[in-house]
Amino acid sequence: MEKILDVKDLKVSFDTHGGEVEAVRGVNFHLNKGETLAIVGESGSGKSVTTKALMGLIPSPPGKIKNGEILFEGKDLTKLSDRAMSKVRGKDISMIFQDPMTSLNPTMKIGNQIMEGLIKHQKMNRSKAKSRAIELLEMVGIPDAKGRINQYPHQFSGGMRQRVVIAIALACNPKILLADEPTTALDVTIQAQILELMKDLQKKTETSIVFITHDLGVVANVADRVAVMYAGKIVEVGTVDDIFYNPQHPYTWGLLGSMPTLDDEESELAAIQGTPPDLLNPPKGDAFAARNQYALKIDTEEEPPMFKVSDSHYAATWLLHENAPKIELPEAVKKRTQGFASMGASNDDGKGDTK
Amino acid sequence: MANEEHKYNKDRFEPIEISEEKGEELSRPQLSYLQDSWIRLKKNKGAIIGLLILLFIGFMAIFGPYMNNYTFKEQDSNITNVPPRVQGLENISWLGLDGKETEVLEGESVEALKEKALYVFETEPEFIESKVIQEATEDEMAKVEFTNDIYAARGIQDEYYWFGTDQLGRDLWTRTWSGTRISLYIAILAATIDMVIGVIYGGVSAYYGGRVDNYMQRIVEILVGIPNLVVVILMILVLEPGILSITIALTITGWIGMARVIRGNVLKLKNQEFVLASRTLGSSDSRILMKHLVPNVTGLIIINTMFTIPGAIFFEAFLSFIGLGLQPPLASLGTLIDDAFKSFQIYPYMLVFPSVIISLIMVAFNVLADGLRDALDPKMRE
Amino acid sequence: MAKYILQRIIYMFITLFIIATVSFFLMKLLPGSPFAMEGKLSEEQLELMKARYGLDQPIPVQYFNYITNVAQGDLGVSFQFDNREVSTLIMKKLGPSLQLGALALGFGMVVGMLLGIAAAIKHNTFIDYGSTFLAVIGKSIPSFVFAGMLQYYIAVKLGWLPAAFWEGPRYMILPTIALAMFPIATAARFMRTEMLEVLGSDFITTARAKGLNSVLVTFKHGLRNAVIPLITVVGPLAVALMTGNLVIENIFAIPGLGEQFVKSITTNDYPMIMGTTLFFSFLFIFIVLVVDILYGIIDPRIRLAGGKD
Repeated sequence: MEKILDVKDLKVSFDTHGGEVEAVRGVNFHLNKGETLAIVGESGSGKSVTTKALMGLIPSPPGKIKNGEILFEGKDLTKLSDRAMSKVRGKDISMIFQDPMTSLNPTMKIGNQIMEGLIKHQKMNRSKAKSRAIELLEMVGIPDAKGRINQYPHQFSGGMRQRVVIAIALACNPKILLADEPTTALDVTIQAQILELMKDLQKKTETSIVFITHDLGVVANVADRVAVMYAGKIVEVGTVDDIFYNPQHPYTWGLLGSMPTLDDEESELAAIQGTPPDLLNPPKGDAFAARNQYALKIDTEEEPPMFKVSDSHYAATWLLHENAPKIELPEAVKKRTQGFASMGASNDDGKGDTK
Repeated sequence: MANEEHKYNKDRFEPIEISEEKGEELSRPQLSYLQDSWIRLKKNKGAIIGLLILLFIGFMAIFGPYMNNYTFKEQDSNITNVPPRVQGLENISWLGLDGKETEVLEGESVEALKEKALYVFETEPEFIESKVIQEATEDEMAKVEFTNDIYAARGIQDEYYWFGTDQLGRDLWTRTWSGTRISLYIAILAATIDMVIGVIYGGVSAYYGGRVDNYMQRIVEILVGIPNLVVVILMILVLEPGILSITIALTITGWIGMARVIRGNVLKLKNQEFVLASRTLGSSDSRILMKHLVPNVTGLIIINTMFTIPGAIFFEAFLSFIGLGLQPPLASLGTLIDDAFKSFQIYPYMLVFPSVIISLIMVAFNVLADGLRDALDPKMRE
Repeated sequence: MAKYILQRIIYMFITLFIIATVSFFLMKLLPGSPFAMEGKLSEEQLELMKARYGLDQPIPVQYFNYITNVAQGDLGVSFQFDNREVSTLIMKKLGPSLQLGALALGFGMVVGMLLGIAAAIKHNTFIDYGSTFLAVIGKSIPSFVFAGMLQYYIAVKLGWLPAAFWEGPRYMILPTIALAMFPIATAARFMRTEMLEVLGSDFITTARAKGLNSVLVTFKHGLRNAVIPLITVVGPLAVALMTGNLVIENIFAIPGLGEQFVKSITTNDYPMIMGTTLFFSFLFIFIVLVVDILYGIIDPRIRLAGGKD
């Protein structure tokens, strides 16, 4: 499988009054052509900062990319000037944001907001860009696109606005689409519509998608592969099957355990105790140790490396070391992984078999 | 991955106990609202400088008038328009605190100029020093710089009027600081009354809501349309200028701003989840008021009042300026500036001191209020 | 929108009516007679004068006459200025005042806007601190102090510009600058806050994500959104400018409405005071109304939200 994006040891930090905060502390992942990679984690785990770094949109100052490479089709985006990067943005890599209520310019007509990118990257004239904009609006399922192109954002509902945002992102047929929690701010029914739309559009356009979310339900629905982020690091990465059927990192267990399911009335939600560490002074060793009920002595002393579980599946926990005690999966998680497995068997829509 | 066996021996892989509290431990020390605000304010250098300036001016307004033996209304026709002289600084001529007046005169000859100088300064030859800048030549006039020692000429060598004296021979140091005292007094009193009325009006209007709110807001809407300039002038005309009447005039429409801010915020707070939650749990009206509403608007009240004070100081000075200020012998910064304006091209020192003080007060209050806003505004907290 | 405007106009008239009523009765409470200073008048002459100005009638009648006259635009005759119509006097003196006010407002808004934008774009730099400092100074230093400084140093000491009167463009420079300090400060502060907020908002990131360069994003997407709310400061500024006008016109001896108003205060010229007061109120309320309507028209969010009902 061809890699379209390869992120190596990415570190992003922000200067604050209190000192330097390392929001992303050495992240490695790659994105294959045409696949959807979901990045999952709590708020503050560094997901959004990672995507902003991919777009070259880290506000600087106070933020900066301290280390690492972002290889897009072989060239390192971190080395590009802002000018060169602006040619990549919106054309090769584009982005969908979390809150459709604020991510559109309130004083500018929808049509113009879509056309801007087309005029800049594809050198279209206005009338051509306009007809393309109408086409895009129709593609994302906005009725009466011709009339609505002259309307302002506040005349659209939240779901409709998110469709507009998607249209803007897809305007120049980007190779990579970064979706930063695109459904979080929407009603559940609208969420489902937007997810369907994105899956649909991906089939049509063969775009690779990085999907940021904290909702494992959404992950199961859209992703091919999953990366679990915690405290600015990726702690486990694998295919959807790997993560849902055979999770290895205690944090992943915690996430799965805290996911509500309908089929089992008895099982309680197992919340992860505590709060994420303060990245102003990251703890020594494994950042998750303080909240990990399976913590080992070594967790407080040394950071775990990525252990290989299978060709597609890696996890950063000392529990995978040969000397570590063998741990039984917690009951709640076990039940869920079994539940997913049975659901997956009966309800497999072809997502699970992607490598 | 773990190549070096000995480095990862078994005992490093012992499970350890993680106490549940540890995860919940707060990573930063807990601070009360006021402590936190104070720490934030301390970081704002401008606000702290403003605070220090205000403390100094406040101190001087209280004790300044007693620092010499002159009173604010004692007149003496012998010592009118005397420039400032300060012990120890009188030999540094560029400071202008030496009690001398200097002027460059131009004329046909140096001798003629010396005559003219006596006339200009209304003084005797022994008090004048002259410095010839340029002798008279064929095509150029003579230029001589004369320095008149006013204190000696008036026979008051032993006196020191730190800020000089005014047209009626009153000590300006005493007048300036008692004027500062009155200006501050009027402004703080007016701001306090504004605050009390505004908070009560806005609070009642928002808390009771419905028809009460509706009527009260109609009244405010009409009052807001009236420019305060007009109200204040009309009131002063009727009430005759005085400390109390100026204060009342300033408060007639002054409270509206506060009332609107308080109403807006109480309305917003009233419907917020934490207040609804408290009500659901059966809290009484007074508990909701004291525990939820008051603490959340305190910051706003303070900030708003801090911005009202400089406004009131300005307006008081403005009234003096258009002839509606305090009546003599009382003085405020405004009347002092107004008096000084009448002759400031000849005696600029009279204008300098009250102008500098009023400007310092205004700047300090504004900077401090800005700092307080940043420090107290809960929205700015992270 | 139409309903809203109508409601606002009704409020405007209620407010004006109240001001007229209040100022009428306040004037009746005033101590001292306007004729007292015209020298020694005999009883008879005084009666004659009172009858001439309608002051011998019962107060309710006087009030009724006054309100009906005001409603027709007749503000009475001045006691001081040779019995001339107050409205004529106001119109005659209005020119310089309006010129000065408009100059200061325009100059102040433009300079303030530029300062605010520069401060926001160069956030936390020397430019930002300088602009913020200037704004605090402009807001704090009273206009008469600033005007006095300008007049003393620039006009008297250096002699670069005339120190008084209103007789051509050169005469307008110092008063305009002195009066514009407050608008500059207000606009700069407002613009900086607004611009910073806009530049930090999500749609700016969206625009950047489209690949537009940052200059274009700042000006095309940022500026427009930040400038529109600036209209709202014009209302409050209008009052500040009227207040300032009184002072500046006096210091620079500009023959305008403010100067005349101060004169009428010192001479107890009641009709003139009441007339000018009403006129100031009308001007202020009118400006606020126009600003509100303009804001509704320019900002699409408000325009269309209002248009639905």
